[in-house]
Amino acid sequence: MKTLSKVMIVAISVVLLAACGTTGSKRASTGADRGVTEVEVGGETAGGGAESMGIGGSGEFAGERLDDPSSILSKRVIYFDFDSSDIKDEYRDIIKAHATYLANHPSASIVLEGHADERGSREYNIGLGERRAKAVSRFLTLQGASSSQVETISYGEERPVAFGHDESSWKLNRRVEIVYQGS
Amino acid sequence: MRIALKSLLALIMSVSIWTNAQAALTIEITQGMEGALPVAIVPFDWEGPLPEAPVDMAGVITSDLYRSGRFAPLPEKDFLARPHEGSQINFTNWRILDVDNLVVGRLRTVGDEYVVQFQLFDVFRTTQVTGYSIRTNEQNLRHTAHQISDIIYEALIGEPGAFATRIAYVTETRNASGKRRYSLQVADADGFNPQPVLNSSQPLMSPSWSPDGKKLAYVSFENGRPHIFIQNVRTGSRQLVSSHKGLNGAPAWSPDGRRLAIVLSKDGSPDIYILNLDNNRLQRLTRSYAIDTEPAWTPDGRSIIFTSDRGGGPQIYRVGIADGREERLTFEGPYNARASLSPDGQLLAMVHGDNGIYNIAVMEMDTGALRVLTDARLDESPSFAPNGSMILYATEDRNRGVLQAVSVDGRVRQRLFLQQGDAREPAWSPYDK
Repeated sequence: MKTLSKVMIVAISVVLLAACGTTGSKRASTGADRGVTEVEVGGETAGGGAESMGIGGSGEFAGERLDDPSSILSKRVIYFDFDSSDIKDEYRDIIKAHATYLANHPSASIVLEGHADERGSREYNIGLGERRAKAVSRFLTLQGASSSQVETISYGEERPVAFGHDESSWKLNRRVEIVYQGS
Repeated sequence: MRIALKSLLALIMSVSIWTNAQAALTIEITQGMEGALPVAIVPFDWEGPLPEAPVDMAGVITSDLYRSGRFAPLPEKDFLARPHEGSQINFTNWRILDVDNLVVGRLRTVGDEYVVQFQLFDVFRTTQVTGYSIRTNEQNLRHTAHQISDIIYEALIGEPGAFATRIAYVTETRNASGKRRYSLQVADADGFNPQPVLNSSQPLMSPSWSPDGKKLAYVSFENGRPHIFIQNVRTGSRQLVSSHKGLNGAPAWSPDGRRLAIVLSKDGSPDIYILNLDNNRLQRLTRSYAIDTEPAWTPDGRSIIFTSDRGGGPQIYRVGIADGREERLTFEGPYNARASLSPDGQLLAMVHGDNGIYNIAVMEMDTGALRVLTDARLDESPSFAPNGSMILYATEDRNRGVLQAVSVDGRVRQRLFLQQGDAREPAWSPYDK
């Protein structure tokens, strides 16, 4: 956990720097390239993806809890069982915390990125990643986030964070990443 | 026989070394074959300004016939003579080597062009089976050699060959800093002449050939989300055809080339739709809460085969386009996905998962009998050759994504591998029209 926190601090400053460099650009519309590249950097450096914050833009909520590595809000990855989109009990508090944050910060918004491990067929896995992202989205809105604050996207098995071909990698790749956006 | 195979392998390896400059894919033989037709292809005579022909025609033909699994070409070192035309052949020389058929030919330049002349003989009847003179150019010489392989294959097997076709596939490479690069590649069916038709920093998926072989439909994340594009392979011009909210995936051309079966999740869970390319109209085909994906057309264009996990795990279903009637097709094993039908509609190829192992299997549509053709751990994306003789698929070997082909009877397997990066999602082109 200690290492993870360190990694996250580094990653956060990277994102903040990146955000400074691009002040005023409208990420949502032009975004594809830059937005996704950012995710890519995050995903590969830390393996958890929690660092892909993108809190650039407004700065309104860039202050306290979101970038506090000791906060539960720093946990941004939900893991799943094989071929399943059921949210496991251990992740419910994390999702609830994000729901509460979103409810208290109506201008904040997130993208839920759904992923699958490499087994089976690719298009089915894209469907599976989407189902996982939507399961988290549903849970968030049930807990008070507005559906307008939550977007989903699936990458299926196309963006693994671990590159082995066994369960030790697969369990890290079956995931939904919570990525905060600029508002 | 073992020794013969070995020396043949050496021959093929040396063929690929000669032309190494353009060979990003190489051939490996992973299994032998019994009952293949013994044939000899004599190196073609060469008349031209250079000391050596730009393409070893006989080498390309030998390699094609060998890879098909239907032929056992005699190693060149065993030849007792090297005739180049019918009048030079002493059939006794070939009969004692147990060769059933013999191919001889010449390649010469005529101005800027090339003329290839070849004859196929029945050694025991001492008659010519077929023979052609083909005018071509330097750029198309390999293609001409593949066409000759097709002619020989059809003359001796009685079915069209599929050597003068192409394959499309996706590659992923990562540079030193870990940045990923995706390419959509088009290569000859033997893996030579790979050419990127699209490069992207974002994932590319699911290439699908139009039935005339002129266009590819595929999924690109270049806009940050999975959208469907159609690209003209020759000109490179491309067009965005589906960018709905949610998933846009798994494009599959209708046999008439006027419609695209696609997957959209704009109305909830992924469902199968048909996009009419003439008027952009959408027809929704499935309405389940499950993942419905990976549509493939039946050859008559009346039904769509697809993957759905509506019954729990993914299985293969069929839906009628006119009546919407749905029917489950697969029942064996917990995981069956990404199905496609052979050109004659008799065989259903799919990814078959059981006990955590994913292999390529074919099911006979008449009987429902399932046959597993491969034995690695992570096989996926089966694609039939346009003559139905082989299935190209992706697999993983020593941490790399590689392409492999297997004969539909599972007897012969061959490896096409990249020298760099991961290859996946192969799609075998239809015949050129």
